[in-house]
Amino acid sequence: MRVEDKLLRNSRSLSSRAKRGICSAWSSNKTADSSSLALLGMTSVLLKRCAQLILLTLAVFTLLGAGDESARVHDLGHRMMCVCGCNQILLECNHVGCAYSDRMRAELIAAVDRGDNDDLTLQSFVQKYGTTVMAAPTKSGFNRVAWIMPYLVLVLGLAMVTLIVRAWRSRPLVLPAGAVAAVHGAELEHFRDQARKDTEV
Amino acid sequence: MSQIGSFALLLALALCAYSFLAGILALFNKVSGSERLGETARRAGIASFAVVFLAAVVLVVAAFQNDFSIAYIFHHSNRDLPAPYKFATLWSGQEGSLLFWALLLSAYGLVLRLRYKTDVRLFAHASVIIAAVQVFFLLLLNFAANPFGVMQGSLPPDGNGLNPLLQYPEMVIHPPMLYLGYVGFTVPFAFALAALIMRYPGEKWIQITRRWTMVTWGFLTCGVFLGAHWAYSVLGWGGYWGWDPVENASLMPWLTGTAFLHSVMMQEKRGMLKTWNMWLIFSTFMLSIFGTFLTRSGVVSSVHAFAQSSIGDWFVAFLAIIFATCLFFYVKNRSHLRTEHKLESLISRESSFLFNNLLLLVACFTVLWGTLFPVLSEWVQGTKVTVGPPFFNRVNVPVALLLLLLTAVGPLLAWRRTSVESLKRNFLWPAIGALATGLLLVALGMRPWKDVSYFYSLMTIMLSALVALTVISEFVRGGRVIGHHTGQNLFASMVQLAHRNTRRYGGYIVHFGVIVIMIGFAGAVFNQDKEQEMGFGDKMTIGAYTLVCQSYTQDDNPNYGSEWAVMNVFKGGKQIATLNPERRFYKASQQTSTMVANRSTPQEDLYVVYEGQNLDTGRPIIKVHLNPLVMWIWIGVWIIIAGTVIALIPNSVPVRVPAPARMRAEPVGAGD
Repeated sequence: MRVEDKLLRNSRSLSSRAKRGICSAWSSNKTADSSSLALLGMTSVLLKRCAQLILLTLAVFTLLGAGDESARVHDLGHRMMCVCGCNQILLECNHVGCAYSDRMRAELIAAVDRGDNDDLTLQSFVQKYGTTVMAAPTKSGFNRVAWIMPYLVLVLGLAMVTLIVRAWRSRPLVLPAGAVAAVHGAELEHFRDQARKDTEV
Repeated sequence: MSQIGSFALLLALALCAYSFLAGILALFNKVSGSERLGETARRAGIASFAVVFLAAVVLVVAAFQNDFSIAYIFHHSNRDLPAPYKFATLWSGQEGSLLFWALLLSAYGLVLRLRYKTDVRLFAHASVIIAAVQVFFLLLLNFAANPFGVMQGSLPPDGNGLNPLLQYPEMVIHPPMLYLGYVGFTVPFAFALAALIMRYPGEKWIQITRRWTMVTWGFLTCGVFLGAHWAYSVLGWGGYWGWDPVENASLMPWLTGTAFLHSVMMQEKRGMLKTWNMWLIFSTFMLSIFGTFLTRSGVVSSVHAFAQSSIGDWFVAFLAIIFATCLFFYVKNRSHLRTEHKLESLISRESSFLFNNLLLLVACFTVLWGTLFPVLSEWVQGTKVTVGPPFFNRVNVPVALLLLLLTAVGPLLAWRRTSVESLKRNFLWPAIGALATGLLLVALGMRPWKDVSYFYSLMTIMLSALVALTVISEFVRGGRVIGHHTGQNLFASMVQLAHRNTRRYGGYIVHFGVIVIMIGFAGAVFNQDKEQEMGFGDKMTIGAYTLVCQSYTQDDNPNYGSEWAVMNVFKGGKQIATLNPERRFYKASQQTSTMVANRSTPQEDLYVVYEGQNLDTGRPIIKVHLNPLVMWIWIGVWIIIAGTVIALIPNSVPVRVPAPARMRAEPVGAGD
């Protein structure tokens, strides 16, 4: 029920803000005569409404699973490793008699039952079992680098490919524009061969 | 026995060293007799295969004869080990697997040296480079990891036995496949470096190495997925890919090799990306060596690291030498690698290959970065962190989705330039089909807004449908035109179409296999599992299945003792199967292992693990996983193999048109 209340409140406040946005856009429309201003106003309304929709969607996504304890155990259990040395995700460790995984799972369920939030639960595991208990680097301090680097490489790669494409496209042609060179014999064969290659994979 | 093996390894080292040195002298010393010297170098290389083969045979025979005077046999075999696993002893430990590396390398070298007449000078250069790599592995085998080291003191009556995890049928073929992939990349690497050193004119070297690269890539693909299947069947955690460092080590060269197979077409067709391709194949080879380093050095912890020692330093030194050599010749001869053509349009096959390569390399970098980050973190901040599946999945899944999109769009683009109209025309129906697939899945109950993993799963299936429809439309369009000319039915026409351009249509089939695998991966989001202590008659329900424990049985043989459950499986009130999840205790190694019982259908796998007994209550514990669509992964691999084989078949002669029919242009899709 609390989750539903939150969602309702959120959606109400968002919709009222949306209404305010529309009203303010409307009033600015009345005062401004030029059509460009009106267009600008409409665009800003659209942008605001899009932003509100995104916010509402995010809020719904965030709060939907908030109360589901087994889903939380599943989620948290897949964000931690078993520390027995098996290199397996906590909820996937299948070693019977494992000195750690059964105890860790019990501790996780107890923490979720107590109502500890995700951060507190994970923090308590880190304090007890060390940083290697987390299945992925945290998003703080130096560990942030682990997350940033792949995206940075992607962005740099995209920039590089864009630069390469631009450089290649701006490369001058060998023949001057409009010139038609007659080709015969071996040269013609070369072009034919090139054309054949171009039309094959 | 051990003396024969040791002598063979020493002789092989001498032969390879001679092949390397005499080869260099013959190539770079323009004096009389250099041709004869080069021929002796080639023959020494050929002879090295015979000698390394002899060493491998000696080790296998020692395993079959239970010769525990050889330390390697003592550590990795025992008297009661079944014959296939005695054979697998060859690659079960560090020293043996290095010998296996050397054997495969010398076999590849043998084929290369026997085919030298294709281009004597290019092959002579490549042969010298292969000899250099052989020298490294033989140095290791002779001085750092000799498989013929003898036991000290009195002879033990029996060996320690093979690691139980390796006593599974796939382990007899998975390592050879993986190694054929790893080692095979030495050949295109050798040709690439040879071409760079020689300033080889034209792209003939690429045509020569194309088959080598494809065969190698095919082996590596088989090796990677056999490993995944082995993990699924043996480790008993219900998954097939855990982003373990050793798994990652095999994935990295696969990713760069895949990028090379695509971008090399730009060099063949348009004379572009020469430097890029050169470094791509260099990187692929170095990643193969790096993978071996990761599995052997113990620098990162792994469940697959069956053999670790201090030979890591050797690999680091070797990698440094390879990199320095490649860099030196690149700087020296980089003017030879100038691009011949310009890019004419952003909407072209060329640019799709550029983006394809970018995404594959970002995926490779992510895997490498994630694998090494724990080491870096320990070095920088003094604490080790774990980089596990959540990291890799979060970063790589979006990249994989973008790659799927490119797989759909790329083949529809023409070389040089594609009009937007043409793209729209070819893309419209597949796009509508993909959208309809997505809507159908939502209507059937898939909720992409429930969790990001559901969203990814839906996108994967939609994009897979897009790729499938573009591939099918390419086949159907081409098949129809051929059918129109020849009067054959559509299927026969499509077969003929594929035979006329095996590389292109084989490639499409490989793409089709990839999307079948991706659909299999997408099913993981619906995985369920349940664990329960089950006595006689106890029931467990998961999904549409009810499992009833019928009984528990024990057995014993000289190699292991086993205990298994007899589980009757019911669906809709009818018994559909009896499964026997098993747990084994291997006597020689005193270790336990699980044998999963799996009822696999295209819809889902019912995966049952007998985990053992609860130490407190003594009751057996059964864990059941319901994994949808896993079979699609293995089917996809078979399709990829079929596509690779088709791509390797030479093109047929152009189709003969019956006399009355008017000759028309060959059917071409937008991608032509």
